Amino acid sequence: MKKRWMLLAVLSLALIFTLVSVDAVLADQPGEGPTTREETVIYTGVSWAPPNNWNPLYHDPQPGTVGLMYEPLFHFNPHSGEWNPWLAEEEGEWIEDDVFYVKLREEPTFHDGTPVTAEDVKFTFDIADEVDLYYSTIWNYLDEVVALNEREIEFHFENPNYQQWQTNLYNQPIVPKHIWDEIDREDIASISNEEGIGSGPFTYGQALEDRMIWERIDDWWGTEVHGEFAPRYVEDLIVYGNNIALGMLLQEELDISNNFLPGTPEIVATPEYNVTTYYDEAPYHVSGNTGLLYLNTERPGLDDPEFRRAIAFALDTDDIIERTYQGAALPADPSGLFGAWADYRCDEAVEEYGFEFDRERAIEKLDEAGYEDTTGDGWRNTPDGEDIHLELQVPAGWSDWENIMRIVDEQLREIGIHTEPNFTDDTVYNNDLWNADFDIAFNDYQTQISGTPYTYFEAVATDDIYGEQATNGNFGRYENEEVFDLITEFNMAPLDSDESHEAAAEIQRQVLRDMPVIPIMLNPTYSQALETHWTNWPSENNPTGIAVGWGGLWQMGGVEALLNLEPAQ
Amino acid sequence: MKKYFTKKLIIYFLTFFVAVTLNWIAPRLIPGNPVDTMLATYTGPAEGRAILERQLMVTFGLEGNLFEQYITFWRQILQGDLGQSITMYPRQVINIVRNNIIYDIVVLFPAIILSWIVGNKIGAKAGDDKKTDKFIMPVIYALISSPYFWFAIIVVYIFSFRLGLFPSAQAYSGGVRPALTLDFILVFLRHWFLPFFTMFLITLGQWAIGMRNMVIYEVKANYANYLKVSGARDKLIRRYAFRNGVLPQVTGFAIQLGQVVSGAILVQEVFNYPGLGRLMLEAVQRQDFFLLQGAFLALILMVLFANFVVDIIYMFIDPRIRVSYSEEGK
Repeated sequence: MKKRWMLLAVLSLALIFTLVSVDAVLADQPGEGPTTREETVIYTGVSWAPPNNWNPLYHDPQPGTVGLMYEPLFHFNPHSGEWNPWLAEEEGEWIEDDVFYVKLREEPTFHDGTPVTAEDVKFTFDIADEVDLYYSTIWNYLDEVVALNEREIEFHFENPNYQQWQTNLYNQPIVPKHIWDEIDREDIASISNEEGIGSGPFTYGQALEDRMIWERIDDWWGTEVHGEFAPRYVEDLIVYGNNIALGMLLQEELDISNNFLPGTPEIVATPEYNVTTYYDEAPYHVSGNTGLLYLNTERPGLDDPEFRRAIAFALDTDDIIERTYQGAALPADPSGLFGAWADYRCDEAVEEYGFEFDRERAIEKLDEAGYEDTTGDGWRNTPDGEDIHLELQVPAGWSDWENIMRIVDEQLREIGIHTEPNFTDDTVYNNDLWNADFDIAFNDYQTQISGTPYTYFEAVATDDIYGEQATNGNFGRYENEEVFDLITEFNMAPLDSDESHEAAAEIQRQVLRDMPVIPIMLNPTYSQALETHWTNWPSENNPTGIAVGWGGLWQMGGVEALLNLEPAQ
Repeated sequence: MKKYFTKKLIIYFLTFFVAVTLNWIAPRLIPGNPVDTMLATYTGPAEGRAILERQLMVTFGLEGNLFEQYITFWRQILQGDLGQSITMYPRQVINIVRNNIIYDIVVLFPAIILSWIVGNKIGAKAGDDKKTDKFIMPVIYALISSPYFWFAIIVVYIFSFRLGLFPSAQAYSGGVRPALTLDFILVFLRHWFLPFFTMFLITLGQWAIGMRNMVIYEVKANYANYLKVSGARDKLIRRYAFRNGVLPQVTGFAIQLGQVVSGAILVQEVFNYPGLGRLMLEAVQRQDFFLLQGAFLALILMVLFANFVVDIIYMFIDPRIRVSYSEEGK
């Protein structure tokens, strides 16, 4: 009898406990009821921290803020090089050497029904002149934005940076003037803006501790023009581990994983998993950026271009890729260029100064340049007899990068260079990188594919290296005034002009000759899609876009991929 | 009685002071600068970065000297203001902690209590009964000596992938909206079960082993022999042995609470379950001073409170404490 009472007491306690905890979970997360699984497309590998900022004028808002909630004038596919006029009606045009003209579509409205006008575009750029915002530097070369009428805008330039300007066209979200003009200037960059009013097909739905939910705008202006979105919700689940995402994908708990998943080849080849990638075979994914080995040009050995070139010849990138990604990545071209950038590749420069894996040749080069083991410790010394000991640095826990460096270590030791992997906390890594306090570091922060190789050239050889920290690329502090000038020249040369191609060719020639960086591989835009709930994912044969939710990529094919999804069955 | 509490309260207060101070110092010893981390993803032009950096340094008050920061820190704590998170700016730390701590309580609280009760029962039985000892204890030893990561992965493999009974991650599935409905409660419980169950199993062992040893010792103690020759029934002797054996287990319980947090980090890592442990880990990795302090403070308070409760319980179950303090009090 007593036991039965005990059991009852325990059970009711458990019940109360459950209810209380569910209630507590609900406390800050007002629910709206039943499961919406069949209306939701679930992403992982996008956010790595709880959502907290939807301010399009902040430099790093929640991924989707630009693209889903706010819209730029254009979308751009950096792989095909195609422009997709979004808020704009047609491709923009340089009507004079220093005047760029854009015409808006007639349809766009913000979520409160106000039309998107030339005044909003003007305001979006003008505000960055008035307040310090991340894109304020545009005013170093922009002179004035003129709204000709409701729909036509002219951008007048002081000195047109043709190349750089392109990236603004698809990166800069247009904000409604009638709302942002009312906000205190001081707060403009810092408000979190969850109630924000954009013009995009989705808007802030709910932000929870472990997920961000975007909700479809049913009367979105673009339905007629661009099409209708089938999913009602876009859910961005925060999953703190690639292996966990893998488990969830196999359990059909998510629809699209933008994680690096070990074993992708096997998963894709097993029909019962129902998982697809952009390509059916290696490399499986579309390339997203160029992974570079930055060589610190101020360290013994590395201060000599011949030594740096010898290293390039000693690296077997195919082996690195096979052992790290099981083939799910492509080796980089010696120029580092790919996608839309490849139009500017200079074949002669690559022919002349390019490199390929050739260990004998690497050894020969080192011997010729006088790097021999003069101390008898088994490792090569500089021609002056100095020891060479190079640390290979990547952030600890970034397992694929760690693996790359372990293999680089093996391969350099093969030719007698004393190296050692050094995996540090990522904040330490960042500081070392920016302060040029490293020997060799693997990195891709600045090499994200874009509409112009200008961004790549900057990543490799920006002249912004004379401050205490160099954060915009050229981490190895490569100094070559000629290249610096050429990059500026390239930026100021009209798109696809002869001058631009000439400048690009000369940049490649000099950079390849001096080799401040060694392009290793193209980092994939990981995208493993489940076909159980949604179909018509982008692929080689169905190139609708790129199924990825990373910040900055929604307007580069992410929205288009979402737009083309169809419910399964 | 009063003296016992006064003494305890003073100790708790000192502990709190020291812990909070350490809590403030520790994150500041980490090399690197959190603002740099925040800017790591910035890819715009250089001047833009300088502008942002200035903004952030001012916002987080990282510019004043250390002593000023320390004083401000205490003043804010006493006002219940834990500051804003750096990495989840502009969210308030206290809200983040509140949203996360519930998941710790949901998983840890039942797991700790149940494993303590069940573990002690098993241990007492094993200490007294050779058969149980032979069959159950090896399992217990295997449990306690298996690393959590490995163990949890096996459990996930069996229960999630092979049997498909429980999901392998998250507090609830994607596409599900929290609501006080039966549907949601069921989803929530299904996700809750594996984190709870693995935590329960892994902590069970130490209680069982501890209790078993205590009971073996107690049933051979003089008072037990005396009872035996006086003709007392075995059940009575066992009860006395259990009561004596349980005392160190209660102390262990209080100590265990602190360690449980590290266990919780593992659970949260493996199951991608939200909670304070993982929050702290993230805060350390991303150098979010304020978040780390807030999470740690919540933890300190939880552990101190639990110890305080144990102190009170102790007074009831251990007559020696009660007697010594009440006699002194006379």
